[in-house]
Amino acid sequence: MQIQLDHAKCVASGQCVQAAPHVFDQDDDGIVTLVPGNHDAESTAVKLAVRVCPTRVISVAE
Amino acid sequence: MPLDRDPKRPFDPSPDLYGMRDDGPFTLVMPNSPEPAWLVTGYENQRSLLTDPRMSSNQMLPGFPVAVEGIKQSQGGGTTLTIFGMDNPRHDVLRRLYARDFMVKKITDLRPLIQKHVDDLIDKMLAGPKPADFVSAFALALPTLVISDILGIPYEDQKFFQDVTDKIVDPSLPPEVISGAVGELGKYVSGLLEIKLEHPQDDMLSRLAQFWDSGEITRDEAVGAGMVLIPAGHETTANMTTMSTIVLLQNPEQLDEIRDGQNAELIANAVEELLRYIEVPHFGRRRVALEDIEIDGHVIHKGEGVILAANIADREPGIYEGDPDKLDLHRDARHHLAFGYGIHQCLGQPLARAELQIVLATLFRRIPTLALAVPLEEVAFRSDLFIYGAHPLPVTW
Repeated sequence: MQIQLDHAKCVASGQCVQAAPHVFDQDDDGIVTLVPGNHDAESTAVKLAVRVCPTRVISVAE
Repeated sequence: MPLDRDPKRPFDPSPDLYGMRDDGPFTLVMPNSPEPAWLVTGYENQRSLLTDPRMSSNQMLPGFPVAVEGIKQSQGGGTTLTIFGMDNPRHDVLRRLYARDFMVKKITDLRPLIQKHVDDLIDKMLAGPKPADFVSAFALALPTLVISDILGIPYEDQKFFQDVTDKIVDPSLPPEVISGAVGELGKYVSGLLEIKLEHPQDDMLSRLAQFWDSGEITRDEAVGAGMVLIPAGHETTANMTTMSTIVLLQNPEQLDEIRDGQNAELIANAVEELLRYIEVPHFGRRRVALEDIEIDGHVIHKGEGVILAANIADREPGIYEGDPDKLDLHRDARHHLAFGYGIHQCLGQPLARAELQIVLATLFRRIPTLALAVPLEEVAFRSDLFIYGAHPLPVTW
């Protein structure tokens, strides 16, 4: 499973960074980025980030 | 929008909202505008409408269920020119520019400064007479200092913008008083932006002035941004601080678990639960439909307004574990709607969280005997204001 980001929809709320700080970060404009490295896309923190992102930017797919 | 609470249950939404929820997901209500609007109680329906691009936030459109007539009369308080009342595509362009100052990293860097303000205000309150008014001495003073730091507003202007904000958030005042206050705030921000353009500093108003100067945003957009951020940056956090303090003092066993300020994880969780449970933005989020929208077996027709009552949605059984009408600082409440949802979700929420976390970790550790100086029944809860709160709040220690 992989984390996918639809950057065009990101409104820089930072919800994902607060939910899963080891996985998500913000670039200089506040837009979501992935922290380099391997991530467990099915972890509780990632699931929370998917749920709290206000514009449904984050998804997890094969 | 039902606002009147049961005086015995000041932390629960209006009994009328519970009644509407029981009657069905959509209720026709008469807001402060000529057309009726649909009041929506359900959590999932609210999340769905808040992410639907066919719903507009522009309160100048016909059918929009206006909350405060005086704000509309001032041409939306500039809201058609700010991210608050603007639709896409322009909304996202501006929001991304403004979000830079509220990024999680930036707010993390501000924590030592917030901590210093918290400690200084507590020192000052403890050195003064008791009982003290907790709101003016602490709850309102803190976010006012912090938003002044971020925006770059001189501290000596705080009384001015507090007076103006008091009027803007009080829908019981005559519309012309509110629109007058909006006008004054606009003039003030405009003047400050001119100064920041000449003498830029490392603050957000200077950056807004630069965006204006470089043509990235218009002058009106820069002024509108400042006008929205000033009240949004302190009324909300102030009332959350006051209400959280009252709620925790009513729940001493739960308070004892966080009193020493050592368990950062539990404190962060407690802040989310308090945001859900208290829900200070109790006036309902408002939108108007740009097209017919089918939702949950119902059609919201083009031109009809909706009022989304987050306070009742965040008490929905099944969305939260256990009894959502009870406070539980251990509850998983991160998915609450207190900051909204969709493109307009609160821009300053990382800041609000940081302030509230630092307050909870410090206040009861520094003042272990903090107590209300009046019985709960005599606390001046303000359900008539745009943001729910209680002021003044006499406290002693």
